[in-house]
Amino acid sequence: MSPALIAALPFLGAALPSILIRTGRNNAAAVSALITGLALLGLLLNLPTVLAGGVVETRIDWLPWLGLNVNFWIDGLGMLFATLILGIGLLIILYARYYLSNRDPVGQFYTYLLLFQGAMVGIVLSDNILLLLIFWELTSLSSFLLIGYWKHLPEGRQGARMALTVTGMGGLSMIAGMLILGHIAGSYDISEILKHKDAIQASPLYLPALLLILGGAFTKSAQFPFHFWLPHAMSAPTPVSAYLHSATMVKAGLFLMARMWPVLSGTPEWFYIVASVGLITMLLAALIAIFKHDMKALLAFSTVSHLGLITFMLGLGTEAGALAAVFHIINHATFKAALFMSAGIVDHEAGTRDLTRVSGLRKLMPITFAIATIAALSMAGIPLFNGFLSKEMMLEAAFHTSWLHNEWLVPALATLAALFSATYAFRFISHAFFGPVSTDLPKTPHDPKFGMWLSPAFLAVLVVAIGLFPMVIAGPYVQMATNAVVGGGYHMHELKIWHGVTPALFMSIIAVVGGLAFLAAHAPFQKIWDAMPRPEAKVMFDWVIARAQALSDWVTQGLHNGSMARYLMLFTVASVGAGLYAFSTGMIGAPTRELTPVNGAAIVAWILVLSATLCIVAFHHNRILALVMIGIVGLTVSISFIYLSAPDLALTQISVEVVTTVLMLLALNFLPKVTQIESSRFKISFDVALSVFAGAAVTGLIYALLTRDFAFPTMSGYMLDNSYNLAGGDNVVNVILVDFRGYDTYGEVTVLGIAALVIFALTEALLQGASSRKLIAWRPDVARGGDKHPLMLLVVTRVMMPIALVVGLYIFLRGHNQPGGGFIAGLVVAIALVTQYMASGFAWTQARQKVYYHVLIAAGVLVAGITGAGALFNDMPFLTSDFGYVKLPGLDKFELATAAGFDLGVFLGVVGSVMLALGGLSRLARRAAMGEQEGENGPHIAAEKPEARVLAPLAAGPYPPEAKVPRRWWKTARAAKEATQAEIAAIHENKKNHGGDH
Amino acid sequence: MITYALIFAIACYSAALIFNLYRVIKSPGVTDRVLALDTMAVNAIAMIVLFGIWEGTALFFEASVLYAMTGFVATVAFAKFILRGDIIE
Repeated sequence: MSPALIAALPFLGAALPSILIRTGRNNAAAVSALITGLALLGLLLNLPTVLAGGVVETRIDWLPWLGLNVNFWIDGLGMLFATLILGIGLLIILYARYYLSNRDPVGQFYTYLLLFQGAMVGIVLSDNILLLLIFWELTSLSSFLLIGYWKHLPEGRQGARMALTVTGMGGLSMIAGMLILGHIAGSYDISEILKHKDAIQASPLYLPALLLILGGAFTKSAQFPFHFWLPHAMSAPTPVSAYLHSATMVKAGLFLMARMWPVLSGTPEWFYIVASVGLITMLLAALIAIFKHDMKALLAFSTVSHLGLITFMLGLGTEAGALAAVFHIINHATFKAALFMSAGIVDHEAGTRDLTRVSGLRKLMPITFAIATIAALSMAGIPLFNGFLSKEMMLEAAFHTSWLHNEWLVPALATLAALFSATYAFRFISHAFFGPVSTDLPKTPHDPKFGMWLSPAFLAVLVVAIGLFPMVIAGPYVQMATNAVVGGGYHMHELKIWHGVTPALFMSIIAVVGGLAFLAAHAPFQKIWDAMPRPEAKVMFDWVIARAQALSDWVTQGLHNGSMARYLMLFTVASVGAGLYAFSTGMIGAPTRELTPVNGAAIVAWILVLSATLCIVAFHHNRILALVMIGIVGLTVSISFIYLSAPDLALTQISVEVVTTVLMLLALNFLPKVTQIESSRFKISFDVALSVFAGAAVTGLIYALLTRDFAFPTMSGYMLDNSYNLAGGDNVVNVILVDFRGYDTYGEVTVLGIAALVIFALTEALLQGASSRKLIAWRPDVARGGDKHPLMLLVVTRVMMPIALVVGLYIFLRGHNQPGGGFIAGLVVAIALVTQYMASGFAWTQARQKVYYHVLIAAGVLVAGITGAGALFNDMPFLTSDFGYVKLPGLDKFELATAAGFDLGVFLGVVGSVMLALGGLSRLARRAAMGEQEGENGPHIAAEKPEARVLAPLAAGPYPPEAKVPRRWWKTARAAKEATQAEIAAIHENKKNHGGDH
Repeated sequence: MITYALIFAIACYSAALIFNLYRVIKSPGVTDRVLALDTMAVNAIAMIVLFGIWEGTALFFEASVLYAMTGFVATVAFAKFILRGDIIE
């Protein structure tokens, strides 16, 4: 199976468990297992090739000019990791089926698990570091979902946040490091980068790249000082801990170090950073683990410690180190996953996993005891179990390592860490399974169902099998993976249990004996440990996060305090400053153009626009007056567009003016009609000075621009020349919109639709809860007079409607060759519809509105997109338009252009957006009107009488009863009607019950 | 001859626009202002048509049609607003 498909399978199947959960937990688990099994099978089909030293590849160009290719490969290392991920994934799926309870959303769990699995497989099979980074971030995200799976537990949420923060930050650092690495190597393909060892290590950017990449690897693999997140992530369900935090995700950092080993290792920097961090982590975490009472916390710190061991081995930069690292990755995955699952079984069956509470479980759960003991002995490094073999290798390698010419430091620390490791492993067994049988447990423990202990038992068998016959069971895999880590040409010595009397054997004996001794003296040491002041990672983390949040709050509030005046002031000062700087440092040539003569009409327009603008400034506290003045400005601008031969702009301006006025008036209804003067005299003078200055500057700039020729030839020549030839349209403006710059227009229509939906969502939010009560309690500040729906207006708008629609159609159709087009036509139709709303009322019009505006927006974007995509079928780029001429009998020859389809999309999008926005705003007034209605009927405001909200609109309006139902136009009319009836029935019910009160 | 007629007409409508402007700025009430704005729209339509004749083109005709068709909507909206506050009831 192709590597790309193996990585894609879990993603493709991720939705299935969530769907199949409706048919039961077994099916959800089965389909997850099926997908994982399929991927595993596909992977193993490639095993012979990879074992023979070959590499299986899939190469797909994605964004080649960015160096981002979907390149997957399976080499030895990828094969090892992918087998671990998918194999243990399969066991976890089985285990989780029994571990999770009925109340847990199991389908969701498997979906997250598959997503995570896909991301992990993606990491280990990527042959492109940019692709790897994408999967890397995906593991952070999906593990966040998994850790926080028990959303009701605050620890779960906090642990998930912490894990995401730490690994996310590490991911950012790694992105930078990887980009540097790719820059040095000249390629982002891993197989290519691995060939450039000398260039990379000689580069001055080697150290920064190394530090940044290690930042990513260390955070992911919980290396000191980033180790603190892993224990907190243990609040996840145990299957997650067993999968993510023993076998897979935390090993991603190790994988990365192993992957980059050929090019990054072998330098002193590598050795002193990686090996030292690994050693410190190994030692420190092992020590902490001894004193943890929570079985999972103990295992968590032990995991950190073992990850430290592997990091330490990789850090040595020797082949022996790489071998030990690879072998221990396999061994740790087997025994640690088994241990986690055993701890989960204890927790599941006993109701607690506190080592101070559980004891003597040996008699109650013999199977679990056997599994846990085998795995823990392996963790302690006892011969005949696989942990012994790799620990021996580690000690052997440590024995030959000197640190700053110090021969004994590293071996001593490594032995000490092994001793600690033996101690907590022994403690895990003896405290939980030996001793007197505990009687005060929440549940009486017993061995779980077969399905639950099968997975850990399988791993325990592996632990023993590898321990007894390492060469037969694990040999080929270890050889293959180590060969890939060191970059080829590696031949492994036989893996065997007995190496003769070596220093490592003595170190091992010291560790085991010392571990037993330490365990015997555990109680007093525990007292000392508890009394000792220790840095608490979570407190520190929370402190840092709180400070960071305060800092960003401070910056945000300083720049973004919600005062429009301040934004405008900052913006104006900045742009005037930039302009002044440009003016004082740049050069400006002499004017090359004559001013055009001024005629009388232009002077009138000038007077109009200038007076209106000045009046807006002077009277802006009176909002209606300001709105009228804005109308004058819009009118003059429209005429000016005509005067300057821009009929398209004029048409747009004319219709936009109308829509704007309607929009402003809708909003003005709820705003005070007069704004108070709140600014101080000083601030006003400053603002006046600033705006006069800015205005003068802009005027000067425009004057300078208009009196000079362009420094470069403009684009308009090209547009004019090619508009007809390339796009078959005479109207250059429209051709630019729908063809030359079609992509922009497509984006704009989409954005317009989004904006309308946001307005709708905002008003929707205002119609809920407190703001809704506020609206109902709201009373207009001006008296109401006149007719709601004047007859005159009704008749005029009804007559106008078809005419307006025909004009809209006409403007739409002629758009390609004459002034017009979809945008203007959309506005015209929207205006025609709005007049219906104004004249006949919202309810009446809405009842006759068969198509929802949401649908119109979607249809607009879709039609434009599909038209654009049609070009792809002609092997042309997206949005390329085509045109041709058609002759139908009885008609003149006419043109058909695909651009018309695109323009139709624009048209629909504009109609939908404008109407949705206006309709959304008008709903606020309707809600307020309900309160008013109630206010007229009685002294109570409607908020106190909930039935008024339903009944008020029913009582209002001159229309027949069936039209009176307040139509929730975003639902189907029928559902709304039923809901309303149910609501009314409930109110009547309520009244009956409380009848005695009156 | 048409030139003189055009100049005369444009001058008249220009004067009318200025008078409208005066009425908008200085008026007894907001109703007068809105009506003055509406009259301005009528005058603007005339100006657009006159300019089209002056240039000898029919290109601007649609603009005046559109203005005639939609210009009154703003006035209606203002009127409803003044009377009822809420323009879409």
